[in-house]
Amino acid sequence: MIKIDIKKTLHTSDGKIILKINKEIINGDFLTIFGKSGSGKTTLLRIIAGLDIPDSGKIIVDNETWFDSSKGINISTQKRNIGFVFQDYALFPNMTIRQNLEFALNNKKNSHKIDEILEMMELTNLSNSMPNTISGGQKQRVAVARTLMRNPKILLLDEPLSALDNTMRSKLQNELLTVHKRFGLTSILVSHDISEVFKLSNRVLKIAFGQITSDGSPNSVFSNLNLSGKFKVTGEVISIVKADILFIVNILVNNEIIKITSVKKDIENINIGDNVLVSSKAFNPILTKI
Amino acid sequence: MESDFLQTMTLTFKLALITTLILLPIGIGLGYYLSQTKSKLKPVVEAFVSMPLVLPPSVLGFYLLIAFSPKNEFGIWLESAFDIRLVFSFHGLVIASIIFSLPFMVHPIQSGFSALSRSLKEASYILGRSTIQTVWYVLLPNIKSSLLTASVITFAHTVGEFGVVLMIGGNIAGETKVASIAIYDEVEALNYGVANQYALTLFIITFTILLAVYVINKRGIRSEF
Repeated sequence: MIKIDIKKTLHTSDGKIILKINKEIINGDFLTIFGKSGSGKTTLLRIIAGLDIPDSGKIIVDNETWFDSSKGINISTQKRNIGFVFQDYALFPNMTIRQNLEFALNNKKNSHKIDEILEMMELTNLSNSMPNTISGGQKQRVAVARTLMRNPKILLLDEPLSALDNTMRSKLQNELLTVHKRFGLTSILVSHDISEVFKLSNRVLKIAFGQITSDGSPNSVFSNLNLSGKFKVTGEVISIVKADILFIVNILVNNEIIKITSVKKDIENINIGDNVLVSSKAFNPILTKI
Repeated sequence: MESDFLQTMTLTFKLALITTLILLPIGIGLGYYLSQTKSKLKPVVEAFVSMPLVLPPSVLGFYLLIAFSPKNEFGIWLESAFDIRLVFSFHGLVIASIIFSLPFMVHPIQSGFSALSRSLKEASYILGRSTIQTVWYVLLPNIKSSLLTASVITFAHTVGEFGVVLMIGGNIAGETKVASIAIYDEVEALNYGVANQYALTLFIITFTILLAVYVINKRGIRSEF
């Protein structure tokens, strides 16, 4: 359980905002912090990592106090049991992929662990490559592999997929989910991509101007968005939920979610990730695969 | 005459080498501090570091001469406590050169550190590494070309220094007489041939050193990308 109750004044391009967060995160959650740039979401992640210091408040992780301004406690980043994947991956350019992982190792005797993780992340072939000779997707995988070397309890991800193309992004999203489950992590992702939020997380904190505006499952948080009134739109299927005899299909259209009720016959050949045409005929929306 | 020439050239390069070796760790420390600090004192420190760039060398030489004078309290204390006399001695030259070449060492290193992504340092902290380990294993290896540039420019600048050396060192053969002073000396004595020997040697050596640096840095950049 992570308890965060902090306050920090931020100077953003929109002027001064106060980041004020008071939330608890359950172990094993995959939480997304969703919001526009300048809303304070990355700062919140950095505060958890100890890279930024709040003006006041507390951070308690599994009954261990990481930060408490009233008692003057501030555990250093080095002693917080976390992994952090940076937006630019922050691989050390002077070290090979293997050396990047080795650098994270506390006890050099455990070098078999490097091989295990390289193998698991399908990086064995790249082990002697330098970071600037590999692709963006590979860099991201190395960055995740490197954090796993230290058996973190919490994995912090700062828009790690934003620089990748759609196919690669989708593949790496699956890998992140696998790692999250396999290592029993509590993951906190910063993102402004709604389909990513639906795919990865079970809980979303929506943040605007430093304040949490909604908190809940992706379905509940994004269902308040304006429904599109157009007759014909195209979008991407992001979830299909069975509700009694019907199916509720969530479709992402221009960063907005459209909910469509459908019967089994209509969605038989439609899968999550498919692009679909949503059109209205006699007030009943019909889905057509495109 | 030949041995005089060799003696002077050796002294010149010995001074430049010692100055560079002492300044390198100082430059790394100060450059790192200046690239990271958010302190209000930063502009003050930066101004002090940069002053030798704009100050006439004779001003610095003059104050050092006063400070190190054996008639002064500081000079007396140095002489009684450490048996060191800094005026008109090689030690004094080294200290004056260190102060005078400071910006040439600090500036390239500071900009090297500043150009590195902040996340490199932070990633190392997250992997549990201390500041010293981070600087040594992560940051310094990634600013090698800045370190090389800083060292070579410091070396070359110390070789070429004239005003401070003249003020604080005087012109004692084998002790404080360096090439730049020797040229002036020989011209005064109308020995243009010897002056030219010194001048040409300095010209060729400094050109070769600088050329080597630019070639090495260019290669380094190519292999990195």
